[in-house]
Amino acid sequence: MGFEKILNLGGPLLLGAVTTVEITLVSLLLAIVIGLGLALLKLSRFKLLHWVIDIYVEVFRGTPVLAQLFIIYFGLAYMGFKVSAFPAAIIGLGLNGGAVLTEVFRAGLGAIHHGQREAALAVGMTPWSSLRYIILPQTWRITLPPLGNYAIALLKDTAVVSAIAAPEIMFYARNLVTSTFETTLIYVLAAALYFCLSFPLARLVERFEKRQSAWQ
Amino acid sequence: MIEFLSVYAENWASWWPQIAKATGNTILLTVFSFALAVVIGVLLALGKLSRIGLIRGFCTAYIEIARGVPALAILFLIYFGLVPLGIVLDAFVAGFIGLGMSAGGYIAEVFRAGIQAVHKGQREAALATGMTPAMSFRYIILPQAVRIILPPLLNMLIILLKDTSICSLISTPELMLRAKDLAMMSFLPMHLFLLAGLIYFLLAWPLSLVTRRVEAHMRRSLRGA
Amino acid sequence: MSQPLLQVEDLYKSFGSLEVLTGVSTTLERGHKTAVIGPSGCGKSTMLRCINYMETPSSGHIYLDGELFGEKRVNGTTARMTEKELAQQRAHIGMVFQGFYLWPHLNARDNVAIAPMKVRGMSDAEAYELADAMLAKVHMSHKAEEFPERLSGGQQQRVAIARALAQEPKLMLFDEPTSALDPELVGEVLKVIHELAEEGRSMVLVTHEIRFARDVADWVIFMGDGGIIEEGAPEELIAKPQHDRTRAFLRQILEH
Repeated sequence: MGFEKILNLGGPLLLGAVTTVEITLVSLLLAIVIGLGLALLKLSRFKLLHWVIDIYVEVFRGTPVLAQLFIIYFGLAYMGFKVSAFPAAIIGLGLNGGAVLTEVFRAGLGAIHHGQREAALAVGMTPWSSLRYIILPQTWRITLPPLGNYAIALLKDTAVVSAIAAPEIMFYARNLVTSTFETTLIYVLAAALYFCLSFPLARLVERFEKRQSAWQ
Repeated sequence: MIEFLSVYAENWASWWPQIAKATGNTILLTVFSFALAVVIGVLLALGKLSRIGLIRGFCTAYIEIARGVPALAILFLIYFGLVPLGIVLDAFVAGFIGLGMSAGGYIAEVFRAGIQAVHKGQREAALATGMTPAMSFRYIILPQAVRIILPPLLNMLIILLKDTSICSLISTPELMLRAKDLAMMSFLPMHLFLLAGLIYFLLAWPLSLVTRRVEAHMRRSLRGA
Repeated sequence: MSQPLLQVEDLYKSFGSLEVLTGVSTTLERGHKTAVIGPSGCGKSTMLRCINYMETPSSGHIYLDGELFGEKRVNGTTARMTEKELAQQRAHIGMVFQGFYLWPHLNARDNVAIAPMKVRGMSDAEAYELADAMLAKVHMSHKAEEFPERLSGGQQQRVAIARALAQEPKLMLFDEPTSALDPELVGEVLKVIHELAEEGRSMVLVTHEIRFARDVADWVIFMGDGGIIEEGAPEELIAKPQHDRTRAFLRQILEH
């Protein structure tokens, strides 16, 4: 029975997995760019900037990803901007992630003792240099665990983009079910596939967290 | 802008009753999943401490899987995947069981971390006074662990609230599904999804403010530890 | 002849392959005070913690008032007690830790009263009366309602002493009670311990404060590498040490 069936079902699911990974990586990149950028911007003194960033963070963290995706995919189309599934997924997940990571990077930057920056300025570095050579390298180390955990959450969130017809794992799974009726097996395989993708990441994050606490 | 807003005025009478009912379901769904998740979380956390290797292994595996598989996949498995095996669940039930089982894994870890965070010396001092391990847990460890656990627990509640929207994909009659149905029928996706987003926000934001307050309070009262 | 309050018999303790105690024996009579001094890593804290079985000895026995402590006789030999059985015995020994370990979610009075209530089954009223009396003893009555985080290190340690006293124990164990304190706070704690010593409390005191040990103790034990190198009355051991190592240690410490 089983083995040939599993292979036949596995094929499309693996194709979906490729898209899943693609979406995860690109959205992650976008989220990091947004998050780091906004966290750095929040170092400035402009109260208005703080306000705008805070509103962005609150809104995107306070509403479901699915709602954000529907607005981008269906809502924008209604207003005349046609966005196809893949880009809509990236934008939606990226904006959502950016809000989460703004907090992560802000905390990471804040964790570096201000004395370090003072020392950097004292040896004659510009504020930008002190950021580049002293602050940011250390921020990476601190933010890597929460970043890693976010990446895992993002990987799982990609399942939701099946609702706007992005061709990732769950999308292929649903199609397979309608054509083969192997409902149980397909959904078990889909779950197992996600697990195989997230498990190594989870172990990596764990390993890094352990190394971190050893340093401290 | 005015045109945009006037659409709401026109349709409010027909939308509101349905949206309100669906929102009620969303709230119920959140509460049930949370309750289930806490129960499962406690059992898993205790199970991980068990002396029986099989129980320990099962709980560890459950937690790993719950944290590594998307809630959507679990929901699909429970709602669709169990049908060939004879188990046909109502969409609402499948919804809160799926979310609860998924969140239970996270909550178990929150409990474990909270208990471990209480300084070892506290337990030592308790034992030195003549308290049994059970007494030290009840009077010394638990009260402090609760303070550590409360903020992440509240956070989980907010996450569950947002995740109930995923249940729309297994046709649970909650807010997201109602918004989508109305959007499809009226060809007004932007208005309806914005409305849905607003309602989620109005439900989640006060919760997050409370969580932040609780967090600040907890940090203060644990400083001596 | 009445038996000693405490008998430590041939204690050995290893952590894995690391041998921390290599055969330590001593006795303590009721009302007497023994100070244990020595360099870091000599095993003095471990020895103290073995007395009330916070660490389980690898071999050796402890007797409190003639009774086997921490172990029970089973089939002609001895076995470690369960935590539940041990709890009952531990109620007779009060321990003060280097890190104080006051419970942060309880104020000072509750910290002192909770064990009498839950361990000894006293009523709330009795327990609080006892707690207030003990807090008065350590001169902390005015801070009875305060939580540990608002107390200085010295104040916390004094409350910790009151907590141990509330057990009305036969024996008090002090594990470097002032080592974690800022210098200006050390005195208030030593004063309290001194008062307890004058009262005639039986105690074993592990400490770095040599002059204090000399004033308070009637027997001093100098440990090194897990064993007792020299012991004697304070006037003799501290003033006229016999062993080279004792001499070197004391010279180093007392020069500060």
